Amino acid sequence: MRPIDCARAACIAAAFLAPRQAAAQTPDQAQQVQQQIDQLRQEFNQRISALEAQLAALQAGQAAPAPSPPEAAQGAPPPPAGTVEVPPGAAGAGGPTGTLPIYGTASLGSKIFNPDMAVIGDFLGAAGRNTTDPQPALEMHESEASFQAIVDPYARADFFISFGEEGVELEEGFLTLNTLPGGFLAKVGKMRAAFGKVNSLHNHVLPWTDRPLVTKNLVGGEDGIDDAGISVSRLIPAGTLFLEATGEVYRGDSSDLFKSSKRGDLAYVAHLRGYHDISESTNVDLGASYSYGHNDAGIVRAEDIGRFTTDLFGVDATLRWRPLTRAIYHQFVGRSEVVWSNREQFRTLRPRASGHERSVGYYVSGDYQFARRWWAGGRYDQSERAEDSSILDRGGSAVLTYWPSEFSQVRGQYRRTNYGDGPDANELLFQFQFSIGAHGAHPF
Amino acid sequence: MNTLKFILAFLLALPAIASAQGKLNVVSTTEDLGSLAREIGGDKVSVTALAKGYQDPHFVDPKPSFILAVSRADVLMVVGRELEIGWLPPLLTSSRNAKIQPGANGYLDASLNVRILEIPTGQITRAMGDVHPLGNPHYWLEPGNGRKIAQAIRDKFSQLSPGNASYFAQRYSDFDARLAAAEKRWDATLAPFKGAKLVTFHRSWPNFMERWGLDVIGYVEPKPGIPPTPQHTLEVIDAMKREGAKLIVVEPYFDLKTPQSIATQVGGKVMVLAPSVGGTKEATDYIALFEYDVNQLAAAFKQLGGK
Repeated sequence: MRPIDCARAACIAAAFLAPRQAAAQTPDQAQQVQQQIDQLRQEFNQRISALEAQLAALQAGQAAPAPSPPEAAQGAPPPPAGTVEVPPGAAGAGGPTGTLPIYGTASLGSKIFNPDMAVIGDFLGAAGRNTTDPQPALEMHESEASFQAIVDPYARADFFISFGEEGVELEEGFLTLNTLPGGFLAKVGKMRAAFGKVNSLHNHVLPWTDRPLVTKNLVGGEDGIDDAGISVSRLIPAGTLFLEATGEVYRGDSSDLFKSSKRGDLAYVAHLRGYHDISESTNVDLGASYSYGHNDAGIVRAEDIGRFTTDLFGVDATLRWRPLTRAIYHQFVGRSEVVWSNREQFRTLRPRASGHERSVGYYVSGDYQFARRWWAGGRYDQSERAEDSSILDRGGSAVLTYWPSEFSQVRGQYRRTNYGDGPDANELLFQFQFSIGAHGAHPF
Repeated sequence: MNTLKFILAFLLALPAIASAQGKLNVVSTTEDLGSLAREIGGDKVSVTALAKGYQDPHFVDPKPSFILAVSRADVLMVVGRELEIGWLPPLLTSSRNAKIQPGANGYLDASLNVRILEIPTGQITRAMGDVHPLGNPHYWLEPGNGRKIAQAIRDKFSQLSPGNASYFAQRYSDFDARLAAAEKRWDATLAPFKGAKLVTFHRSWPNFMERWGLDVIGYVEPKPGIPPTPQHTLEVIDAMKREGAKLIVVEPYFDLKTPQSIATQVGGKVMVLAPSVGGTKEATDYIALFEYDVNQLAAAFKQLGGK
């Protein structure tokens, strides 16, 4: 009722005040003022009847027919019943914006602080013959659940929990402090180390169904260097060149690569990344990595009598081409990584060896998106084994990927592998990947 | 002694030099927001837009060069409504810049006080395609919304650089007047074609079409983000023939093959309109963007025989 009262009061006030002023003016002006009053009165009457109609509708328990508000006041519509407005600024960093539905009563509005959740399924199949490194015919290889949110104004947290055939594993779970002074970015928790490119990538963003031989032989296999630790990185000012230096300290337990038998047996990773836009559609990404930690070669009957260590050196290069006006139809990514491993072990494993097993491996791959939903790619692999550099494995793959949508993909891969110590393998691998839940960031 | 004096003078002058160069460093995710920021900020800001106007803003690579830009920003302006959800979060995290994190003073979500259309009601699933649960994010394509974004920018710049508040206010009222004059022109240009029917590739234009009373009867995409299918293409051809629609509007980043085959079937025309500043070389700023699109549309309707 209040707006109606105000409107009436204004009308009355105007009606009393205006004629008095008009009396002091010429009759011409008085007429003008009278016209204005009449116009105002008409507008107020219209407004009052609209409000009265609305009131009547409300009293009748119906939704009010909203009087059409003036253009200027027409912002975003108010949240409908059963929704809640997200605090401004939650968007952008993965948080939601606008209104969100509330289930149950309005007091359950705190649900909007739930993290972004998603599950990515990775189903693998294999046909053909491989006696050296056999994979099951059909396998729900991994179901990765992710929980991601902003913790507070100073940090965000990301959890990736992997449900595989052998059980549940925390693939990554870390806190990112992204508002530190001095341009530092710190991560604390369990995470994939910044060694090269492939090591830091989750399975579902790889362009293949498997990982390259060099990863399997020298960098800890599918799990790779993935350990509890602390990572600090900083951008190095270099004009238009992007330069990032990363230093990481880990406990020293990463699959079969590093094994820590004492508290001081930490593992270290250092990484330098340079990136440059050659043009708006072409860019090059280069990296150099080093890692050091204790290995398991000297552990005999649960006692580390050897105290042996492994050094890893890596260089990586990625060339991307993506024409911006046709970015959703065509792109090319060429990748390569070379890794050198220097592993201390007992000489007795290979009588003439020096005690330092030096092995090297690399892969080169190219992937081309030739239509909106289609990718074709190839990869050449070659790697010596970390514990015996005289065994050289070689492989080649051809890959075809189909994307029904951004949220699912089907992939077939023909892979031929010449194992240094076993019969050749010819396999047809295939993969279904599907994701539900929050929209994740596109991999780069 | 002279050298010493010179050094002293130079050191004393340093703060003055620094403040002379003390422009607000503004980064926007799209060229539209960047253009509005230039309108308001003038020479008191330097503006970098990340995504180009001829690029699909849903699919932008979070390049490390963008991290560099965001790391140096005093203000980050985003379109919001999950338009940038696929690429902005990693940039924010890697920027190491506390000033522009969501919730900080330097973060401006331009969607908070504008008119948003197509906010889904009821349950939504991805069976509907890549739907935006928070409404259609292409809201900048309506001058009324542009004005509100400009207001938000004026307020944000004034908050961060209070000394220049009157400068920004002046620039805003100048822009407001120019936009209002242009709107009158555009209204007059498109008035004869009110109610005209057309098809667009993606749902990029609801605010634009609503403003000028144009009737979008279908989309080349069967669902948002899902590429055209033969079945759906036939349905679009049928609908266009039934409703007498002849024009297909395509964004510069979509393939023209399907739209062109539809146009051949219905005896119509395919037209590439700029959905953003920079989407075509004529769309050099926010007002030029509408100037181009409005004139192109009017010419096309005229050529196709009016309504």
